[in-house]
Amino acid sequence: MAKQAMLLQGNQACAFGALAAGVRFFAGYPITPSTEIAEILAQELPKVNGRFIQMEDEIASMGAVLGASLANVKAITATSGPGFSLKQELIGYASMAQIPSVIINVQRVGPSTGMATSPAQGDVMQARWGTHGDHTIIALSPASVLECYTLMIDAVNMAEKYRTPVIFLMDEVIGHMREDVRLPEDEELTIVNRKVITNSDQLPYKSEADGVAPMSIFGEGHYFHVTGLSHDETGFPQNGGDVVKANIDWLNEKIDRNLDDIIRYEAIDCQDADYIIIAYGGTSRSALQAKILLEKQNIRCGFLCLKTIWPFPYEAVKTICQHAKMVVFPEMNCGQLVGEVRKILPDKVVPFNRYDGQLMLPEEIAAVVENAVKEGK
Amino acid sequence: MKQLRLTGSGGQGIITMAIILAEGAVQAGYHAVQTQAYGPEARGGASKAEVIISKEDIAYPKVRQPNIVLAMNQEGCDKYSGGLRKDDLLIVDETFVKILPNTEAKIIALPITTCAREKLGKELFSNIIALGVLGKAMQLLDKETLEKAVLARVPKGTEEKNSQAFAIGWDLL
Repeated sequence: MAKQAMLLQGNQACAFGALAAGVRFFAGYPITPSTEIAEILAQELPKVNGRFIQMEDEIASMGAVLGASLANVKAITATSGPGFSLKQELIGYASMAQIPSVIINVQRVGPSTGMATSPAQGDVMQARWGTHGDHTIIALSPASVLECYTLMIDAVNMAEKYRTPVIFLMDEVIGHMREDVRLPEDEELTIVNRKVITNSDQLPYKSEADGVAPMSIFGEGHYFHVTGLSHDETGFPQNGGDVVKANIDWLNEKIDRNLDDIIRYEAIDCQDADYIIIAYGGTSRSALQAKILLEKQNIRCGFLCLKTIWPFPYEAVKTICQHAKMVVFPEMNCGQLVGEVRKILPDKVVPFNRYDGQLMLPEEIAAVVENAVKEGK
Repeated sequence: MKQLRLTGSGGQGIITMAIILAEGAVQAGYHAVQTQAYGPEARGGASKAEVIISKEDIAYPKVRQPNIVLAMNQEGCDKYSGGLRKDDLLIVDETFVKILPNTEAKIIALPITTCAREKLGKELFSNIIALGVLGKAMQLLDKETLEKAVLARVPKGTEEKNSQAFAIGWDLL
């Protein structure tokens, strides 16, 4: 069952998804093409006893989000490239101090202020490695308005479950488009809340069997020290090599050991397909249409839509594409995520790139496959 | 499948029109996708909004082959009316569009903004008048469904005037 069909914008659905996931705090600084998310949450959060703060800049917004989250409130922010750059230091802090948080980046053309109202996928590597140090991260990328809602709930859930910052990587195409959706009923949703410390003797950074430490609720009396410095189970700084290594291993393993839970993708007609198009976010829409165009010419082509882009689904991509002769990877950038596919399918993958602020045409992607068919590749 | 392209200057309510059309289509049980392209300016320029209405799922969200183009200003008409074929339709607001393009499509030129000014006292209503014209011309959604979508979207207290504007547009064609 689902709710009645309605027309929603991607940014709107993203805000509604956050509310459904239990987000009750937003701090941000408005920036096109993400502004509608802030606008809607400014209206809606007060209605559910939540808080909305427009901060003085993007850095402060990220700080406020982490503060709220430490006090056991699900907290998110939304921005675009220029603001995402500013938030990087505190994203690293969230990673190190293991503070659940979701950072929405509705990508526009960069570098710098670039083009405010035009789409790009230029922040894909920044989502992975934007903040310094050996950390891992989760990044999800919706390809439809419905996914802005459902994947947003997943993003908040994963942040809570694994005590990690999660990047919600949208683009202007998906953020600004409106389409008909039937949202799931609230009863159908799974909502995850973080584990919290119940015993005052518990150490705030002591991992449990599932690889995650229950969280202290800041301000409720439990002795809790939060720092970006390397720390031990008490949360206080520790420079011993063993402790430092163990901590970095922990940050990575809590994600890497749960790939089955974190990785999401959709594979359509990929079995036995000679050609497969891999895409994510806005370009998925061109890619799916390209597949349809190719079918009309009796060219069998699979479509693999990645929803989780970090951690990169190496195993899934490898398994799904192993029989294909050629894999086409369109992106609205000079070629970023395609590099991960090159690591596993170096002889098969062909990038297709557009970075002029326009969503690529289905015909352009289809032509790459058509040419390969003509040349007998 | 109907593919519609609406164009005019920023502030003319082009995107609002497109949203209302798409909402009407969804209410009538169709799939609909609405997109827009605009510059950083809030007023002026040539903004473009598109709507695709279909019984099938819609993958690519942008219009590839418009069936109807509505141009509310000259710049928009010059820039976005290309690609129309013989059975397609170009609707222009002749208040602002003085030079018509060379096109195989049928052209409908109507004094949309002039009508808004003269009959409703405000140019503000020109987009809803245009929506009435467009709604009738596209022959897909009935008048009541679309009017309902108009009323659901316009600011409280302006329903009556917008209802009138919509009816004026519907009858103008």
